[in-house]
Amino acid sequence: MLFTPLTFVLPQTSTMAPNTDALYYFIWYVSFACLIPTTLAMLWFAWKYRAGKNTAPTPYIDGNHVFEWSVSLVLSVVFVVIFVWGLIGFNQIYDVPRDAYEISVIGQQWMWTFQYANGKTSPSDLYVPKGVPIKLVMTSRDVIHDFFVPNFRLKQDVVPGMYTTLWFQATETGENQIFCAQYCGTSHSNMIGKVIVLEPDQFKVWLDGGDPSKMNILKIGEHLFHQRNCIACHSLGGTTDGKPGPAMKGLFGRSVALNDGSSVTADDNYLYESIVNPSAKIVKGFSPIMPTFKGVLSEEEVNSLVAYIKSLKE
Amino acid sequence: MAHATAANSNGEPVNYLTAEKGIWSWMTTLDHKRIGMMYLFTTLGFFLVGGFFAILLRTAHLTPTKTMMTADTYNKIFTLHGAIMVFMFIVPSVPAAFGNFLLPIMIGAKDVAFPKLNLISYYVLWAGALLAITAIVTGGVDTGWTFYTPYSIRTATSVVFMAFGVFVMGFSSIFTGLNFVATIHKMRAPGVTFHKMPLFLWSIYATAIIQIVATPVIGITVALLAMERIFGIGFFDPKLGGDPILFQHFFWFYSHPAVYIMIVPGMGIISEIIPAFSKKTIFGYKPIAYSSLAIAFASFIVWGHHMFVSGQSYLASMLFSVATIIIGVPTAIKIINWTVTMYKGHVSWDTPMLYAMSFIFMFSIGGLTGLFLIALSVDVHLHDTYFVVAHFHYVMMGGTVMAMLGGLHYWWPKFWGKMYPEKLARFGAFLVFLGFNLTFLPQFVLGYLGMPRRYYNYEPRYQPLHIMSTIGSWILASGILLTFGYLLWAIKHGRKAAANPWGAKSLEWQIPSPPPTENFLTPPVITDPYPYGDNPHGSKVKDPYIGVYGQPAFEGGSHV
Repeated sequence: MLFTPLTFVLPQTSTMAPNTDALYYFIWYVSFACLIPTTLAMLWFAWKYRAGKNTAPTPYIDGNHVFEWSVSLVLSVVFVVIFVWGLIGFNQIYDVPRDAYEISVIGQQWMWTFQYANGKTSPSDLYVPKGVPIKLVMTSRDVIHDFFVPNFRLKQDVVPGMYTTLWFQATETGENQIFCAQYCGTSHSNMIGKVIVLEPDQFKVWLDGGDPSKMNILKIGEHLFHQRNCIACHSLGGTTDGKPGPAMKGLFGRSVALNDGSSVTADDNYLYESIVNPSAKIVKGFSPIMPTFKGVLSEEEVNSLVAYIKSLKE
Repeated sequence: MAHATAANSNGEPVNYLTAEKGIWSWMTTLDHKRIGMMYLFTTLGFFLVGGFFAILLRTAHLTPTKTMMTADTYNKIFTLHGAIMVFMFIVPSVPAAFGNFLLPIMIGAKDVAFPKLNLISYYVLWAGALLAITAIVTGGVDTGWTFYTPYSIRTATSVVFMAFGVFVMGFSSIFTGLNFVATIHKMRAPGVTFHKMPLFLWSIYATAIIQIVATPVIGITVALLAMERIFGIGFFDPKLGGDPILFQHFFWFYSHPAVYIMIVPGMGIISEIIPAFSKKTIFGYKPIAYSSLAIAFASFIVWGHHMFVSGQSYLASMLFSVATIIIGVPTAIKIINWTVTMYKGHVSWDTPMLYAMSFIFMFSIGGLTGLFLIALSVDVHLHDTYFVVAHFHYVMMGGTVMAMLGGLHYWWPKFWGKMYPEKLARFGAFLVFLGFNLTFLPQFVLGYLGMPRRYYNYEPRYQPLHIMSTIGSWILASGILLTFGYLLWAIKHGRKAAANPWGAKSLEWQIPSPPPTENFLTPPVITDPYPYGDNPHGSKVKDPYIGVYGQPAFEGGSHV
């Protein structure tokens, strides 16, 4: 685990990725074509004309207009090629196909929520069909976030008070990492998720089926704990594991010391209150940073979460 | 005040260091050289503090999860690293420290145009720094040095103190810029035309223009931010009817030109070192001089290239991409001119030259990796990743800090009249070069693989590259500490330096080391700025002050 294999390859799973990569590698070639001759010339001059070898006064060469203009011209041409190529890719990123399938994206500290046309929502993980253009219409509930999928070579800031859009077409089924790329506070680096690309018919089944009420309440709670990204701040083990919130294991029934010096027993009411009104009681040694889930989770969902947390015994 | 031609009780000539004694004489000095040295030690002190934070950050990234600090602490430390390095180290360092010491001497003047303003600007920097330190002790700041709204409006940390500190430090920068522009226009000795100024002064002049024109904008921007936080006026927070992207435009309207405040003076130092250690006239004086000005002006029309994925319009992104390309050409011309200057020279491998060559190599990497970020489609992928982090560290540290280290070694004998230990210095330069590249080359790969910047936790697959980078940072830090250690040691124990140990030709080498308070005991001889070798405009002058006090020329140095 300490030494995961070193890789320089990033999967290409959107229609934009190959073009972006082609330009990326083209610029590497240009860079080496500039850097290697310059560096070699510098080292060669430093060696060949090293002091002490030749005592005659150095020649007076104060410039060469032809040389400088030709270098400028060649570089300008290369730069224009890079600009135009980049612009072509940018056009592709900007030009949303008319028939694109729309999904709403809501960013908030520190989770993503995706809302589909039929009203279904999926937290953290975005489900999309393969081979279909998808248009994300994105906004934020609090500060600026950024929806970044490295495998797609795409990113777009998600700004409060306005909509930004991003479109893509996935070319392979499977999972793709989502990062928040715009710094957004304490758990910025835990604001992650996955784009799960399904075959179109599988996506239909997922979108229409899967009624959570048929599931076991503990399973729903466990599902929500991950999907609502509680896991970003609360570890399931007995220690915080470096996360900013208290650990969950063995919490239920225990006496909890609070920041104001008092203590409280972690009963059902305490767990409920901690989810819908998290700033009411702050556990000793922690900061009041948890957002409220009042109105975000239904009563049934809160119940499931409480049941799940109760089940995490030492 | 003692007269400079007088000797002290030991029969040694009086210089700017010995002219007056005591801490009070330093604190109230109007001598540009003393103020320059105070700036030098202040900014290098801040550099060590900022560097200490950098080492903490790198060490925390040894493992993908919690290593040695909480997420909140991490966020505060990367903010402090950035804010200290930008506002308290790199912006004031080369212009205010080297510029103050060298600018009047290089134009044959006794001092800057406004010596009192010069001292005030130093204390204004401290006033701003104290406000920033207040912000640190009252809870720290966790916004990143960029203060992006609306996060910076909502976070509970000490943003107002930090913003006020940046506001005040801005005045220090403006005062210095004004002083330098006035000095260059009004104080040049007879015969020093603009085209006879060393290229370092062209770069300081270009920088001063940016400081005067751009700095007020950051002042206004952070003032608006503070007003929004204190009075709840809705400039930037959409909840109050403001526009968060407007803040980014304001911020980068200063902070992009500020990048050139940071790098252009470094380019100036390189333009001095390379001819001096190649014993050859600079290749392309006018292209280098005018490209500094071109870069200064172009820097005002490219700020939007920081915002390609912010939600700004398509047209804006396209125009900012084109404008940024324009800057690439003069930058490339400078690099080529420095390299070609070495052609058929007498190149000595003293430490300043080693740093100058490091600069050419690493600044080239910094510039070339900028090409990835102006290409719109590639920037969409690389924006806000470690690729950007590596890119700007290659420019700022691989560029400016290498130039500054080169300049420190080049002018240390002039500043203090003492030589540093050359062998140790070459070893230090090697450690810095090795450590720096090991730290930041892996970050280009990390960025391409998607590692976002400002991430406390990261995916385990990134760990090997993070470990490489962290080990590099330790090597880099040991190189820097070694260098600062022997430089300080040399002030007291170094061998006595000759007036001109390098056989260099600009005016500061015509006067004793360290210089007398009045700078010039006799009127300086003005020639072409780089009268080396067969230069027909400078052959009459042959290091008139070498050995003037009977000091032997430094043996390890090289002469024509």
